[in-house]
Amino acid sequence: MMTFLDVRVNKTRVRRFVPAHFTLLRFLRETEGLTGTKCGCEIGECGACTVLLDGKAVNSCLVLAPEVNGADIWTVEGLAEGFDLHPIQKAFLDNDAVHCGYCTPGLLMSSIALLNDDPDPSEEKIKTYIAGNLCRCTGYIPIINAIKEAARILKNEPRPLLK
Amino acid sequence: MADEKDKLKVVGTRVIRTDAFDKVTGRTRYSADVNAVGQLFGSVLHSEYPHAEILEIDTSEVERLEGVRAVVTREDIPGAKYFGGVIPNQTVFAVDKVRYYGDGISAVAADTPELAEAAKLLIKVKYKPLPVLSDAREGLRADAPKVFPEGNLCKHHKVRKGNVEKGFAEADLIIEREYSTQRIEHSYLEPEAVVAELSEDGGIKIIGSIQNLFSARRAVASVLNLPLNKVRLIQAPLGGSFGGKDEAVTVLFCRAALLAIKCGRPIKLVNSREDSFRESYKRHPYFMRYKAGVKSDGTFTAMEIDITADAGAYASMSPFVTWRSVVQATGPYRVPNVKTDVRAVYTNNNYTGAMRGFGSPQVNFAVESFIDEIAEELGINPLELRLKNAFVDGDITATGQKLNHKVSLGEALKTIAERSDFVSKWETSRKSSSRDVRKGIGISCSYRGVSLGAEGTDAASVLVSIQSDGSVIVETGLVDMGQGAATAISIIVAEGLGIDIEKIHFLNADTSRVPDSGPTVASRTTIMAGNAAKNACEILNERIKRVVSGEKDLGFEEKVAICFREGISLYAVGHYKSPKTTWDEENGYGDAYFTFVYGANISEVEVDMRTGKAKVDKFYAIHDVGRVVSLSGAEGQVYGGVAMGMGYALLEDFHQTDGIPDFKNFDEYLLTTAADIPKMEVEFLQNPDKAGPYGAKSLGEPSTEIVAPAIANAVYNATGKRIRNLPLTLERVLIGRELVRPSKRGSEIARGEK
Repeated sequence: MMTFLDVRVNKTRVRRFVPAHFTLLRFLRETEGLTGTKCGCEIGECGACTVLLDGKAVNSCLVLAPEVNGADIWTVEGLAEGFDLHPIQKAFLDNDAVHCGYCTPGLLMSSIALLNDDPDPSEEKIKTYIAGNLCRCTGYIPIINAIKEAARILKNEPRPLLK
Repeated sequence: MADEKDKLKVVGTRVIRTDAFDKVTGRTRYSADVNAVGQLFGSVLHSEYPHAEILEIDTSEVERLEGVRAVVTREDIPGAKYFGGVIPNQTVFAVDKVRYYGDGISAVAADTPELAEAAKLLIKVKYKPLPVLSDAREGLRADAPKVFPEGNLCKHHKVRKGNVEKGFAEADLIIEREYSTQRIEHSYLEPEAVVAELSEDGGIKIIGSIQNLFSARRAVASVLNLPLNKVRLIQAPLGGSFGGKDEAVTVLFCRAALLAIKCGRPIKLVNSREDSFRESYKRHPYFMRYKAGVKSDGTFTAMEIDITADAGAYASMSPFVTWRSVVQATGPYRVPNVKTDVRAVYTNNNYTGAMRGFGSPQVNFAVESFIDEIAEELGINPLELRLKNAFVDGDITATGQKLNHKVSLGEALKTIAERSDFVSKWETSRKSSSRDVRKGIGISCSYRGVSLGAEGTDAASVLVSIQSDGSVIVETGLVDMGQGAATAISIIVAEGLGIDIEKIHFLNADTSRVPDSGPTVASRTTIMAGNAAKNACEILNERIKRVVSGEKDLGFEEKVAICFREGISLYAVGHYKSPKTTWDEENGYGDAYFTFVYGANISEVEVDMRTGKAKVDKFYAIHDVGRVVSLSGAEGQVYGGVAMGMGYALLEDFHQTDGIPDFKNFDEYLLTTAADIPKMEVEFLQNPDKAGPYGAKSLGEPSTEIVAPAIANAVYNATGKRIRNLPLTLERVLIGRELVRPSKRGSEIARGEK
């Protein structure tokens, strides 16, 4: 059975039939070819599939595609403009917060949701906020540093988190 | 060498990882992101029992299903039915029996993943269940169920030095303790995935998340009965591995290839997390008995160690993992008389193999806890007892090897103890009697043999190809799995050619394009590929010099342009073979590794005496790596190693009940999260090693192998409770024993599921 979706994905309007049993994750990866969003556990525990759904960070493996009709969706592919990286992406690069990279897209999206919610988060708040995004490589410290740096940069040169 | 550091331009600096841009933009295509035209989807039917004979497999019903394109079983294997790097006893599809719950029986290829998943359940398998061997300690009894007809002993290694009876007779104190460590799951964030397709030459091409391409290629070739040159394996970017994506992915390669051959279409086979947990190998659980003789002044006279390792259902890397354990079991201490036995024993649990540390985290937990217990008995502080016995230059190890390089263990211990104010904190904490929250501090240290040692041939090649515009392509058979090998090797090439790292493009490994460089294991990539890369640069520099020697002040691009005009090839294969190592398996001694690294950890903890929760407050790590190649990469290795070690110490336990895993996914199998991370102070000692590129040795595994004992020692310091079994769960800390956990999820029990 198919269902019709009319959504915005990274600013682009998408109108498409998708299998009704698809999760948002499978819609993004298999229908839209946006493979930047990763599948790690399919039960909402690892955070690798985190995307922004109407500005909120969600585990896209736990959201059914038919639920998102009319929504505004952002994935990692929407952050940079060509080679011009988003400040959060640049902060991840500069702080060596990217090792194997599999958790990175989800963590970038969680970080944006956090900075949306609180532009000047304490270290404790950062740690709690990203505790739902597992990373087995970095020990999280470079990621926490990256988020702090992005917050600093965005404070000095304010720009909308998502253009 | 001391002067060399000042001359280095790229080595030791902070650089942006060469693969990070693609990773932050979502452009990196991991295996599961790869699609082949006309691909079908595979799904594997796993065993219903941990140990059973297979009486019959009936695939007739599923074969008739519309949309199912191929079904494969043991009958479809044209070549070897068993594979394995050391002892080939592992099956691609079960042959006569299943030996663990993750064994594959059959695989199905269908038009959609959902159909493949559903269709495989129509395969009818008749089993005759057999008694399950779930405890390795019972495996060598005469009445134990036999995993293999020849018996359950997979491997027995020993070390013999001096005479332990004599040593114990000279001791003022003899102390004996038992320790155990648990099975843990690698938990790389990316589940295993492969895409296999037929290639033009009657061969097969497979792209996948693979750590050791060449051992996997040997297995695929033998299973398919093809020569090596017809089997092309390409490494996709790896979403973590930690030793895990070796045999666990080799079976996927073989299964996908068999399906592709049977139906003539490309096959995509992606493990779910549940498949990965069920099927993949784990870190070995160890059961360890330690006995030491010691003089009242703290001098060791003898150590006798007996270890049983749970090898699970197949040999995999057990013979090598347990070898490292036997070599390093006494820790980095002078012990004149040593008798160590390590036995790897088959069971019907998940098979166990390579995992970051590779047989060292287990023995390090035991020996580093044991040293603290001995210190306590002697009334000496644990730092002092370590310093009294720690190796110094020229000392002889338990295996009779003379350490003829700079041994910086004492320096590491003293530096880290000073940095953390260890002694005074240790003295203060042991006096605490709070019933609420107590603080504690613990120390640990290790030495670790670099690279493979006497396990096997140790050589690597790197191809460096300078393009006519001065940009450079680098290729090797060793892989970047997230640890930063691509960046480290690129740094060494940049240094070697005197160019910016941005000029270098590092390609993922492809077995048909690069020479066999052995496995990406044993923290050997920087030293082995680094040396080979440096060698390639030297060859190229020599060629360039010959052509442009008369001309002064030319830039790299200009020199390269002249070489191209002159028809000089700027493509070179650098090679490196490690210095000689020796091992006498019969008598248990030898020069096991060509060099060693040294490190020390200190953990500060806070223990809630009401709940048993131990929280790591602050962590200090110091490692002598010879030479730091990538500063941010090196720090990152330690942060990640500590986080993984914290999971081993406090959270993770892949427990199995009668062979069946208690855990299916990350909802119950818990990893260290950002919220658990303490403040960390990381420091490197740099004593360049003559065997290393620019003096560099290794770091990946040292960073995680002594975290658990530092935490256990800190918990003892805080509470006075010595916990000898990992992990240090709330109940072990609070009441000193493990509570029995249900083998099924609460929700399943509620639903009455089997």
